[in-house]
Amino acid sequence: MATVTARTLPWYAPPRVAHAWRRVKRYPVVSLSILTFVLVIPAVFAQYVAPYDPLKGSLAKRLRPPAWQQGGSIEHPLGTDKLGRDILSRMIHGARVSLMVSMVAIFVGGTLGTALGLTSGYFGGRVDSLLMRLVDISLSLPTILLALVLVAAVGPSFSTVIIVLVVLLWARYARLVRGETLAIKERDFIARARVAGASHVRIMTRYIFPNVVNSLLVLATLQVGYVILLESALSFLGAGLPRPTPAWGLMIADGRELIVTAWWVSMFPGLAIMLTVLSLNLLGDWLRDHLDPKLRHV
Amino acid sequence: MQRFIAKRALQSLLAIWVMSLIVFTLVRVTGNPLDVMLPLEAGPEDYARVSKHWGLDQPVYVQYAIFLGKAVQGDFGNSWKWHGHSAMGLVWQRLPATLQLAGFALLVSVVIALPVGVLSAVMKGTVWDTVAKVIALLGQSLPAFWLGIVLMWIFAVNLGWFPTSGRGGIQYMILPAITLGWFQVAAIMRLVRSSMLEVLDSEFVKLSRIKGLAEWKVVWKHCLRNAAIAPLTFFAIIAGVLMTGSVVTESVFSWPGTGLLVVDAVRARDFQVVQAVVIVFAGIFILTNLLVDILYAYLDPRIRYQ
Repeated sequence: MATVTARTLPWYAPPRVAHAWRRVKRYPVVSLSILTFVLVIPAVFAQYVAPYDPLKGSLAKRLRPPAWQQGGSIEHPLGTDKLGRDILSRMIHGARVSLMVSMVAIFVGGTLGTALGLTSGYFGGRVDSLLMRLVDISLSLPTILLALVLVAAVGPSFSTVIIVLVVLLWARYARLVRGETLAIKERDFIARARVAGASHVRIMTRYIFPNVVNSLLVLATLQVGYVILLESALSFLGAGLPRPTPAWGLMIADGRELIVTAWWVSMFPGLAIMLTVLSLNLLGDWLRDHLDPKLRHV
Repeated sequence: MQRFIAKRALQSLLAIWVMSLIVFTLVRVTGNPLDVMLPLEAGPEDYARVSKHWGLDQPVYVQYAIFLGKAVQGDFGNSWKWHGHSAMGLVWQRLPATLQLAGFALLVSVVIALPVGVLSAVMKGTVWDTVAKVIALLGQSLPAFWLGIVLMWIFAVNLGWFPTSGRGGIQYMILPAITLGWFQVAAIMRLVRSSMLEVLDSEFVKLSRIKGLAEWKVVWKHCLRNAAIAPLTFFAIIAGVLMTGSVVTESVFSWPGTGLLVVDAVRARDFQVVQAVVIVFAGIFILTNLLVDILYAYLDPRIRYQ
């Protein structure tokens, strides 16, 4: 006899909407769509989407309020800054700057950290203990101060920011990869690979590395938001990207002294940072739960 | 335990030393160190004076010895921007303002985080829990400097409740303290929540409930007292974070502390002041980390033997 459940009853059909919603809820749809519209599309298609040049303004149109306020016009939907530059256009180009900085910094820092972590975990011994001391020290250095010294000495530029971020980021990856490598290298398939004559480099790159990729991916995603926050804080302090780069942090800094007269200058870029970082964090949490639940405490 | 402390103390010294090494080499690898140490408008006699102060005509290892010797004595040269002040003197002069703000921020974050953390643990799965989750999430994603500007816009510019910037009575401190403490609220709250959950599940809580103790007494007195150990040790870490976080907050609210000093110094290319602040802050930061580790090891013997 067939079991009778809600599903087998002919008059019962699960509501379509609820069903679809349940499927949607399995994926972080909201954060993915926010990311697409606030970060990815503006960053990739900046020159096509932005209505104006982010660096050129006209002083005749300085400090126009957003469209819905009195004195604002649809020409500049989010208003203009003190040099008459369109805020929306600068924000769109700012997305590109943020994405670029975080991708480059995480890629370089991640690669460096992974290579060192693999070597350190695989070979162990003196190299390992030296490297792990270095990781401890580098994790205990105060972030912002390090950046300030570097900028005071070298001057603000894109490459200075990348160097600062890489110095701050590599240690996390090294520690993570080393830990995983220690566990993986004891497994049988590594011993078999050795017997089959695989070189150390081959074992590290072809056998161990693929097994740490998931963890790396989770850590990298979780760090994109952190890096965007850090970069904007540095830019805000004048220790990040130099003016007139359309960076979100710089735009907020420009609006700081105008807060009484022109709130919109700093408000919108801040919203963009918040939405981006928020959805990146949600996405990272989701990825972690699905790819690598043991990373809970990273 | 002594071995543990010795090991950790050595590591902290090493970290401070690395920081000083970074400062030392940064100035020298980027070309003529005098170009970094002096601003653009400096004259030849300034060059001669600074060069003599740091022994720049000598070989590098002698220069490093001079640098280290002076650093240990707290001599980082004279400020360029603030005439007649030594770099270290400026740091000492500004430090109280920073400590005051950081202390108040710590207070604010505890006052917000503790009740919300406890409530979210006691009423797990209710509205309170959701509120806690939202706060935690926002704490991670709001840029502190922007939060400061938003608070300033709402409460100082539009409502006129507080002054926009500067230092004075308590009303000057509220907005900066919330800005600085906000980041910590999420961290403390999560910690309180998880340790409360653990304690709520233990035998002595069941016993006190069976005894017929009032529920608020069980939660706020007996549970909280036991759950507070983990967050307490965390406070030292927070103290360190608050110190470095003050750089951002102080420059938003023009709070005349060490954080504002270093940002102004970077803008004016006053390298002597920058290196003094950085080494002092790094020292404080690293020492608080050391204290926390020792405190942890004292409270939880498992850590000592790892």
